Amino acid sequence: MLTWIAGFILLIVKLGLVLGVLLLLAAYLVWVERKFLARLQIRYGPNRAGKFGLLQPIADTIKMMTKEDTVPEAADRIIFLGAPAVVALTALLMFAVVPFGPTLMIAGRQIPLVITDLNVGLLFIFALSSLAVYGVALGGWASNSKFSLLGGIRGAAQMISYELALGLALVPIVLLARSLSLVDIVNAQADYPFVVVQPISFAIFVIAAMAESKRIPFDLPEAENELGAGYHTEYSGMRFGLFFLGEYVHMQVFGALVAVFFLGGWRGPWLPPPVWLLLKIMLVALIMIWIRGTLPRLRYDQLMALGWKVLIPLALVNIMVTGAVSLL
Amino acid sequence: MPCAGDPSELQAAALRTQDRSFMTLYAVVFYILAAVILVATGLAITRRNLVHAVMYLILSFFGSAMLFYLCGAPLLAALEVIIYAGAIMVLFLFIVMMLKVEAPQKKVFPARQWLPAAGLGVIYLVVGALVVFSDPGSRVTLEAALATPRIFGQYLFQRHWLSIEIVSLLLLIALLGALYLGRTKDRGGTPEVEDQS
Repeated sequence: MLTWIAGFILLIVKLGLVLGVLLLLAAYLVWVERKFLARLQIRYGPNRAGKFGLLQPIADTIKMMTKEDTVPEAADRIIFLGAPAVVALTALLMFAVVPFGPTLMIAGRQIPLVITDLNVGLLFIFALSSLAVYGVALGGWASNSKFSLLGGIRGAAQMISYELALGLALVPIVLLARSLSLVDIVNAQADYPFVVVQPISFAIFVIAAMAESKRIPFDLPEAENELGAGYHTEYSGMRFGLFFLGEYVHMQVFGALVAVFFLGGWRGPWLPPPVWLLLKIMLVALIMIWIRGTLPRLRYDQLMALGWKVLIPLALVNIMVTGAVSLL
Repeated sequence: MPCAGDPSELQAAALRTQDRSFMTLYAVVFYILAAVILVATGLAITRRNLVHAVMYLILSFFGSAMLFYLCGAPLLAALEVIIYAGAIMVLFLFIVMMLKVEAPQKKVFPARQWLPAAGLGVIYLVVGALVVFSDPGSRVTLEAALATPRIFGQYLFQRHWLSIEIVSLLLLIALLGALYLGRTKDRGGTPEVEDQS
């Protein structure tokens, strides 16, 4: 019973820590994005709230919390209210299987630095990322507005198309690590990170994951000049905030997954493991912001052609080659 | 589940304690999930708003996945969510959204339509009941399903590789059929009529 209670408390502490770091980082990722993007576009970015605009995320949060939460008259009320939660929830839950350090030994007790080490951790992430489609599709549908519906349909089509490439890009990683558990995948990279031996997989995964997170150059579901704001046109206040939060948590999850699958996870010299993981996440996030500041949006046919005619065949060939090489 | 070790251990523990106490925690969770699945499936059949029906069906699949996890088969749980809730139902929803189907009016279907369905349903019910009552608490466990992904894969591809190839061929044929139906017609197609309203 005592071990049970200790384990439970430990779990709650880990959950609280991960959730706190994720949400805080999401808030400041918005600040980083606005600042960095502004510099890329030779502007100042937010600089009124606090020094260097550092209090801007707090000001934004207060604004969103106090705004009126409107529901359009013709909307499907329950689905409209629930859709933003799906987006934020699936993004947050993905972190449950990401390891942020090796197993600690405290007072003769093993403490794994991961919330739960599922032996199907990779599939768990796919399950959640395929459920995230519902937030976008249902949010767009329930708003009962043309622009939202178009955004929702585009989002659903884009996400199911790129999910395939995303999954296929990770098959070689599973072949190399011989496990679906994220902890084992990080352990398998003790000698060298997988990006060294799987550069093609890495490229496919990064492109597909950017399409999954619906950011420029893949932001067709919310293309401002065509659709208003796409699937979240009708949302206001904190419900819009949840879509927003979901996007930034998704950026971090994506960073963490790139780190775990290709960059060796928490591994690195001198600094403590969780710090390394955070650094890698921030590096990936910065590169994503940089890409946003550099590339224009794809056309819809280009998006689909890239996904189905380039990434998926390339990923399949890569799997065959990896399998052949590992059999030799 | 906190402190949860290997799920198959949990199940073994559940089976051990099942004989002793009247109703274990696992049994409670099982019956709650079963109730959720039944109610959700029933609602999925009866709802006239198609998007709501799809949502209830997703809930039902989700419940089944939880049931698999409870029985100690996380791999099947993950696959259930990925394939059914995550892929097939998204396509359903996609079609419903694209077609913008209005909720159909209540109408009584002709006997020609519902009699065969009802007949098949009754046959299924009878066979199911026979299976359950002839061997209650069937000793056939989901042995392969409880295994780790690696052992599950080995079992599947060493013993049933032919069936898998046949099933994948079936999927390929469906794919080719869709391609054939969806290809653009060069001639013989009726031109699109302009909306005069």
